[in-house]
Amino acid sequence: MRNPLSKKVVEIQPSGIRKFFDIVSEMKDAISLGVGEPDFETPWHIREEGIYSLEKGRTIYTSNAGLKELKIEISNYLKRRNDLEYDYNTEVIVTVGGSEAIDIALRAMIDAGDEVLIPQPCYVSYHPCTILAGGVPVVIELKVENDFKLTKEQLLAAITDKTKILMLAFPNNPTGAIMDYDDLAKIVDVIIEKDIMVISDEIYAELTYGKKHVSIATFPGMRERTIVINGFSKSYAMTGWRLGYAAGPAEVIEQMIKIHQFAIMCAPTNSQYAGIEALKNGDPDVEMMRDAYDKRRRFLIHALRNMGLECFEPFGAFYVFPCIKHLGMTSDEFATKLLQEEKVAVVPGTAFGDCGEGYLRISYAYSIENLKIALERIERFVTNHRK
Amino acid sequence: MREKILTAIDKDSKISAADLAIMLGTTEEEIKTTIKQMEEEAIICGYPTLINWDKVECERVTALIEVKVTPQRGLGFDKIAERIYQFDEVKSVYLMSGGFDLTVIIEGKSMREVATFVSAKLAPMDAVLSTATHFVLKKYKEHGLPLVQTKTDERMLITF
Repeated sequence: MRNPLSKKVVEIQPSGIRKFFDIVSEMKDAISLGVGEPDFETPWHIREEGIYSLEKGRTIYTSNAGLKELKIEISNYLKRRNDLEYDYNTEVIVTVGGSEAIDIALRAMIDAGDEVLIPQPCYVSYHPCTILAGGVPVVIELKVENDFKLTKEQLLAAITDKTKILMLAFPNNPTGAIMDYDDLAKIVDVIIEKDIMVISDEIYAELTYGKKHVSIATFPGMRERTIVINGFSKSYAMTGWRLGYAAGPAEVIEQMIKIHQFAIMCAPTNSQYAGIEALKNGDPDVEMMRDAYDKRRRFLIHALRNMGLECFEPFGAFYVFPCIKHLGMTSDEFATKLLQEEKVAVVPGTAFGDCGEGYLRISYAYSIENLKIALERIERFVTNHRK
Repeated sequence: MREKILTAIDKDSKISAADLAIMLGTTEEEIKTTIKQMEEEAIICGYPTLINWDKVECERVTALIEVKVTPQRGLGFDKIAERIYQFDEVKSVYLMSGGFDLTVIIEGKSMREVATFVSAKLAPMDAVLSTATHFVLKKYKEHGLPLVQTKTDERMLITF
């Protein structure tokens, strides 16, 4: 029998920490600080709109790009929160989560051999999606001494004649780093001068602490070369609804709609109706959750530093990224032993790129009570293994 | 800072000043002083516990009573409200807009006890014109908190 599989797909490396996940999946009574989704349930008024849409029998397709009313609300929202102006009719597409938007944005812009700059540590999908689209991922290793921000020098050093796209993801998963106006201003000139497109994954835009999120698309000359990705999962605690969107120049969105049309048809209809309610009346919910995350963030950083773990202060998302290099273990070893000895699950930094070695991603999408129990165990573990 | 503290302790009065200081990015000293001040100013009036008495082997009856009263010259409703809330059986008293004047929430050991209170103490007061008593059958949510078993975390242990 001939090989039924695509070489390109088979060659995509399964996560290097697969063994760790196997152990995790068999653990029944572990406490986890390893999730990438909110612990809040979707606010009730949003859930109710979803239920109502089912009751009304709205169980049919919507137009490919999404419900007109939702696209209008998305466009209003981006103006209100991020000072971005998009024509709902030609510059917005509703997708199945932010992840689909990332995939189709890459596919819409990449030709074989085009290079995509991927600053790591970062979300796990950018690298494989680039390969599947026929592109060549070029990793930029972000440094803790730069607060895990992308610097102009790093960007310049990575650009070649083949560079087509920069994947920019701030607030960042897993580091919690943000890039503010001044940080972005330093790289914008390079991007424009070298004629690069940007996919800006802003899924955590609502979750910044102390500073308001700035989208790179607000800079002069950037709107026409940026695809802004956002969604409902993190800001409105709607991960299971699978609802996201992209906004950008019409010529790119048009091609993205084409791929979306053939691969997906449309985002789930009841999720779209719930999304309209979220954008119309969900601002107070977002504020409440942001406030709760901020308290936990301070609590977690304080506790980790107290037990002697170096911990860069994150101002976004809901993760901290402490350094464990001084304990003489790899991230994978630390996470595996912590799970076996103390039954606490955290994610090794290497899950987000090789340069995550020596770090852990700890999520604070948990109640303070849960964090306290887990932190006691982590502290005991660190004390036992300190040399 | 006052509002931040109040929002934080509104649903969890047991949280320690040390933890609160870390979470709000301030000092334990400031938390303690601010809380003390708010206690003195009667902004914080107490720290009761939210109990689901239905789960305790102990009969308890709650009733909501709509009361119509005659306001007194110069004192309005305050005097009569005070006369009512002084009784130990009375849990809450609110002045209302609409079809009646005061909502009085009574807690007693039995329906008879509540009924006796209404007929012997509340209804005969000079200023009270009429009462309508509604017994609570089941409590679902109080002080913003559902009185049911907390849900278990069904999220997968690791997601990206």
